Amino acid sequence: MTLIHLAILLPVIAAIGIGVLYRYYRRIHLGWFVLPVPLLIVIYLFTLIPRVMNGQVIYETMQFMPRIGMNFDVYIDGLGLLFAILISGIGALVVLYSIGYLSTKENLGNFYVYLLMFMTAMLGIVLNDNVVMLYLFWELTSISSFLLIAFWNTRDRSLYGALKSMIITMFGGFLMLGGFITLYLITDTFSIRGMIDALPMIQESPLTPFAIVLILFGAFTKSAQFPFYIWLPDAMEAPTPVSAYLHSATMVKAGIYLVARFTPLFAFSNLWVWTILIVGLFTMTWASFNAIRKDDLKAVLAFSTVSQLGLIMSLLGLGALSLATGANDELFTVAVVAAVFHTINHATFKGALFMITGIVDHETGTRSMKRLGGLLTIMPISFTMTVITALSMAGLPPFNGFLSKELFLEAMITVLNADFGAMASVDFLIPLVAIVGSIFTFIYSILIIYGIFFGERTHNTPKEPHEAPALMLISPAILSLLVIVFGLFPNILSATIIDPAAMSIMASDAPLGTHLAMWHGFANPALWATIAIVIIGSVMFYFKDKWMFIYDYHKEAFTLNYLYDQGLMYSRIGSQKITDGYMTGYIRNYLVYIFGFFILMGLITLMNTGLHMDFSNFASVGIQEVILSLIVLIATAVILITRSRMVAIIMLGSIGFSMALFFVFFRAPDLALTQLAIETVTTALFLVCFYHLPKKSRHEERMRFKFTNFIISLGVGVLAIVIGLSAFSNRLFEPISEFHIENVYDLAAGGNMVNVILVDFRGFDTLFETFVFAIAGIGIYGLMKLKLKRKDEDNEEHAEESRI
Amino acid sequence: MKSTLKKAGYNKVQKQVHDVFLQFTAKVVFFIIILFAFKLFFAGHYTPGGGFVGGLLAAAAIILLLIAFDQKTVEKVIPIDFRLLIAVGLAFAAVLPTLSFFFGTPFFTHQHTYVNVPVFGEVALHSAVIFDIGVFLTVAGSALLMIKLIAEEDA
Repeated sequence: MTLIHLAILLPVIAAIGIGVLYRYYRRIHLGWFVLPVPLLIVIYLFTLIPRVMNGQVIYETMQFMPRIGMNFDVYIDGLGLLFAILISGIGALVVLYSIGYLSTKENLGNFYVYLLMFMTAMLGIVLNDNVVMLYLFWELTSISSFLLIAFWNTRDRSLYGALKSMIITMFGGFLMLGGFITLYLITDTFSIRGMIDALPMIQESPLTPFAIVLILFGAFTKSAQFPFYIWLPDAMEAPTPVSAYLHSATMVKAGIYLVARFTPLFAFSNLWVWTILIVGLFTMTWASFNAIRKDDLKAVLAFSTVSQLGLIMSLLGLGALSLATGANDELFTVAVVAAVFHTINHATFKGALFMITGIVDHETGTRSMKRLGGLLTIMPISFTMTVITALSMAGLPPFNGFLSKELFLEAMITVLNADFGAMASVDFLIPLVAIVGSIFTFIYSILIIYGIFFGERTHNTPKEPHEAPALMLISPAILSLLVIVFGLFPNILSATIIDPAAMSIMASDAPLGTHLAMWHGFANPALWATIAIVIIGSVMFYFKDKWMFIYDYHKEAFTLNYLYDQGLMYSRIGSQKITDGYMTGYIRNYLVYIFGFFILMGLITLMNTGLHMDFSNFASVGIQEVILSLIVLIATAVILITRSRMVAIIMLGSIGFSMALFFVFFRAPDLALTQLAIETVTTALFLVCFYHLPKKSRHEERMRFKFTNFIISLGVGVLAIVIGLSAFSNRLFEPISEFHIENVYDLAAGGNMVNVILVDFRGFDTLFETFVFAIAGIGIYGLMKLKLKRKDEDNEEHAEESRI
Repeated sequence: MKSTLKKAGYNKVQKQVHDVFLQFTAKVVFFIIILFAFKLFFAGHYTPGGGFVGGLLAAAAIILLLIAFDQKTVEKVIPIDFRLLIAVGLAFAAVLPTLSFFFGTPFFTHQHTYVNVPVFGEVALHSAVIFDIGVFLTVAGSALLMIKLIAEEDA
């Protein structure tokens, strides 16, 4: 456990303190106590920049579960550091902003605990070398995102969005785990660096395409690529600081990170590069096209985020593409640098835009562009920041978006020069789609500025608008300032952050010496592309009303959302039907299923392996065993024929106590003790259950002979005996008890082997059993307190019977 | 529990519940069982016993009180929310494995040492005990919660 591990875990540790603090102290806004956490982390990360800049990598390991290769291996290179700084830096600004945004009436304790949990999860993803741990943190981001989207958990839309995001991202995450395991099967290591060392094995293995597809599922769902992007617009129900943080600046970039991280592994594969390039480009254009028709400001920004993520994704694909075909080394570098640079830029301008949207929402009470307008004179500071950031998003000088957008266009246009063999005839589509997407990006950027600040005042806002308090303006102001600074002096980033990150994507040690500049001369095709985008975009914006009708052709029944909703609904109905088919409400039927299956499996096993029984090693049967067996037999018979429940329960108890005596005879005092205690408690449990049993006795009529039950019980009895005998007769392996006996004192310093097994050797089992026990207790609590409605209805008889 | 049996039509039990002998014996036996439960719990590492049995026996002791007296009395005597007991137990059981990181060892590695205490001589200290406390509390809490809930639902 080193300082780096501590830095990653700091937010979660702080979350415990924050949660406790919020319970007892509410005078000061909780956010002020949270703010130091990301600040400390970002300061610490800045101190690492010089080391990483000089090509060093920081590698620290912490043993977690070494037996299964799951260790907390922190690995910091340029790429990881870039993302970590983004996460903690934007995190600090978002926390600061949220202090103004969320009033103290909200449940701040939950909010900040989730947020801190997310911070750790995100840092864990980007600074990790072990893919299993990466998966663990990956799912933790999904969970914290779910909790944050559902923060206002009384709103239906919040719950819908939260569920949608969780279903989609966890679906992808689970497939990604499959990809990681496939990689483990190929390379025999869970370490990403180890996988890169074993690159030839990956290149040869026939399993690689599976790994690629599965990992891309994870990346595409998380980064909201087509067709999985549908969760992101619905996730906008979250409080705006969350949208700014999770759903634009950091969490959705986890997919980008994953693709960048695995580029050195998979760049050789055509499947990898073409999938990423095509999906990325299509997502970019499709989402920016859809952004325009949205009326809700946050929906526009959500689609814009999807579009920008597609842009970065396509750049990574292009970078890998030129490596795969060996076409053009320089192109590869440009694309990767552009991807890294745009990741930074997008975090700055989109984070700021989200915060401004939050301000507008906060001060006017609405986010609908129809009701906004003409706020220029009322909110001048917000207006200035919107212009800066939105124009940066549109790709105009002198802002940072212009630089990365130009690199993007340059990379996409120079594709034409490269030789891609069979694909050469259609490669003109790549720059074309890129430019079309950029035109729509330009239009919606202008639309945001125009929709809020220009035009007529509608006077239709729920609140009388006024400028936001200073506290809320600080964070977007810092980000807007960064947009300008990075735009004017991009080279403060190039050597310190961009180059190391690009180098780790390309897995090369050679310094890139990137130099970013605004002006590349008239010969640069990207300049003309930008000019064309601005002109076409302006014209289209001016005649917007003339072509908006094309959106009407996009019918509801053909959208992915419709597909998702229908799929969810029918899977719900379907599973309800299946469940209703076999859940009769009678526990005896369930027992028939369970034991029937048990007999079936036992018979299959017996048929496959045959029966080996050896009676020679058996101990002789003593008189006490015979007596005990007789007691058990008689008690069982009495349970079956007795008419009184009380007698049945006492007989059941006597069977249990006889079992305990058996354990005593066979020298298992631990088991005997446990059996005694359990028997006592369950007898008491039966007693209290008395009241809930139906009044009429089960034995008022003569018991009918049920053939199925007879077969089942006979089968279970015979099978249990056979299994016991054959397990005793032949041992396939050395019994593990020898190991336990030898090591019980040396390794665990204990004297009682059974207990040492429980708490130490097999402590995991006990841990989870403890959880099961607790869940059972809480489950019964829920059942008893819920008071199912069914009981009130006229079929009370049925409800009563179902408990038997 | 008294009302449970009464409503179920067991009128004879009603008389037994007021049995002075039962109540007096329960008062004494309760402490014996509880002490035995703690003995089993602490002795578990060297002789038969452990958190699970200890927890069950402790629950059994309180159940005895529930049988002998009624629920209100028991709540007065032992004012513990069993749900809290489960939560604390789970916290013990789940947090202890992570503490091994402070010793630089993998997850769930126990630490142990021996200390000399003036009167008792050499005493073993083992982190497994802390884990077992978690098991003890969870098991006792869950068992009591179940029985208490089912018993009180009709009341």
